[in-house]
Amino acid sequence: MAAKPKLCYFRGRGRMESIRWLLAAAGVEFEEEFIETREQYEKLQKDGRLLFGQVPLVEMDGMVLTQTKAILSYLAAKYDLYGKDLKERVRVDMYADGTLDLMMMIALAAFKTPGEKEENLALVVKKAKTCYFPAFEKILKDHGEDFLVGNKFSWADVQLLEAILMVEELDASVLSDFPLLKVVCEQPHKAQEAMNRDKDFSKICLQAFKTRISSIPTIKKFLQPGSQRKLPPDSHYVKTVRKVLQL
Amino acid sequence: MAAKPKLYYFDGRGRMEPIRWLLAAAGVEFEEEFLETSKDLEKLRNDGSLMFQQVPMVEIDGMKLVQCRAILNYIAAKYNLYGKDTKERALIDMYIEGVADLNEMYLFWSISPPNEQAAKMTQMKDKIANCYLPAFEKVLKSHGQDYVVGNRLSRADIHLVELLYTVDELDPSLLANFPLLKALKARISNLPNVKKFLQPGSPRKPPMDEKCLAKVKEIFQLK
Repeated sequence: MAAKPKLCYFRGRGRMESIRWLLAAAGVEFEEEFIETREQYEKLQKDGRLLFGQVPLVEMDGMVLTQTKAILSYLAAKYDLYGKDLKERVRVDMYADGTLDLMMMIALAAFKTPGEKEENLALVVKKAKTCYFPAFEKILKDHGEDFLVGNKFSWADVQLLEAILMVEELDASVLSDFPLLKVVCEQPHKAQEAMNRDKDFSKICLQAFKTRISSIPTIKKFLQPGSQRKLPPDSHYVKTVRKVLQL
Repeated sequence: MAAKPKLYYFDGRGRMEPIRWLLAAAGVEFEEEFLETSKDLEKLRNDGSLMFQQVPMVEIDGMKLVQCRAILNYIAAKYNLYGKDTKERALIDMYIEGVADLNEMYLFWSISPPNEQAAKMTQMKDKIANCYLPAFEKVLKSHGQDYVVGNRLSRADIHLVELLYTVDELDPSLLANFPLLKALKARISNLPNVKKFLQPGSPRKPPMDEKCLAKVKEIFQLK
C-alpha cells in the first residue's frame, strides 16, 4: 500500500495550508512533521531535502517536492481536480493563482509590525471586496453552475472556499456586501422578488457557493475541530518562524 | 488561420518577459499592445478584460488570460514543453518556481528607490551564488543530460536560461563556477527559435531604465 504523503512545515498555516486543504478535499490522509527549532531546519537543509533551502516540503510518490505551487499542481492533477482539458485547466490555474495571491498577503501580514499589519490586512479585505470576490461572483453568475470550472468540483473551488473563510476571519461581513446577497440579507421580503427574477439566484452567489462547498463530505470533515486544519497565525507561530528562519 | 496571441503589458520586461521567451522558444509569433499611461490600464479594467484588474493579460485561443503562472502553464502544455507526465511536470514546476522566486527579487530590485537598491542587490547576489545556481548545477550534474528535465527541451530550460542571461547582466562573474549551467546557456541559445529571439529587433525587452521606470510608476500609480 502506498505510503501517506508527508508534509514538513511549521505548525501553522503559512504556505502549507492550501496543500493541506487540497489533500483533505481529495480525501487523502497525510502525516505531518512540524519544524520547531533551528536545528531541525538546518538538518533538513544539510540532508539535501530542500532544493532551494526552503519549506514547504512534501514527500510523496517517491518524490521530494518543494515549492508550494509545484506541489499544488501535482496534487490537483493526480486527484483529478484540474479540469478535463487544457482550456479548463487554464481557468483553474487562473482562479487558484488569484486566490493564492490573496491568501499569501494575509500570511505575510502576520510578520509585519503591528501598524503595518493592520494596514495590510485592511488592504486585503478591500481587495477581496472590490476585486477578487466580485470576479468570482461574476463567474458563478455567468454560468449558473455549482462549481467554478466545468460543472465539476476542482482545485479552484477548494481554494476559493479557503480564501473566503480566511477573509471572513478578518471581516465577518465580507460576503454580505454583494448587491444580490444584500437584498437577501437586509430585505428578506424582497428576497422572493429577487429570486423570482432570477430563478437560479440561490445557486449563484458566493454565500451559496460557500455553503455548498463546505458541505462536501471531505471538506466538511476538514472543517471539524480536531482535523489537520491550522489556526490563523498567532504570536507564538510568528516567533517560531522568525527563530527557525532567522528572520 | 488562428489569430496570433496578443500580449497586453508595458514596453518592458516585468512579469511578461518569461511569457515572451516561452512563446518565442515555441516558435509562436505574437503581437503586443503596450500600456503607455494609467489611462490605458484603466480602459482595460473598465472593458472587463482583466479578471483581477491586473496585467499581464494575454489574448490567446479566444480567451483573455491573466496570472502569469496560468498563462505560462497553458503555453507550455499547448506547445509540448511541459514534460511527458505528471512526475516530470512536478520536477519542472519545482525548478521554475525557484526561477520565479528569483525573478520576483529582480523585479522588486528594479523598481526600488536607489538608496535601497544596493542592499537588495547584495541579498540577491548572495541567493544567486549560494542557493539557486548551485541547486541547478547540481540537477544538471545528477543526470548529466543536455536538458534540465526528461532529456528533452522543456520550459524549465527556457526559464532557467532566461534567468542566466539576467544574472550575466547583473554580474558575469556569478556564473564563473558553474560550468554545466554555462554549457546549458550556450546550448539553448543555439536553438533556432531562441537564437532568433536573442537577435536585436526581436520582441525581447532590455533591462529597466529610468525612462521605463517613470512610465511604470505612472501606469500603476506606484509611489
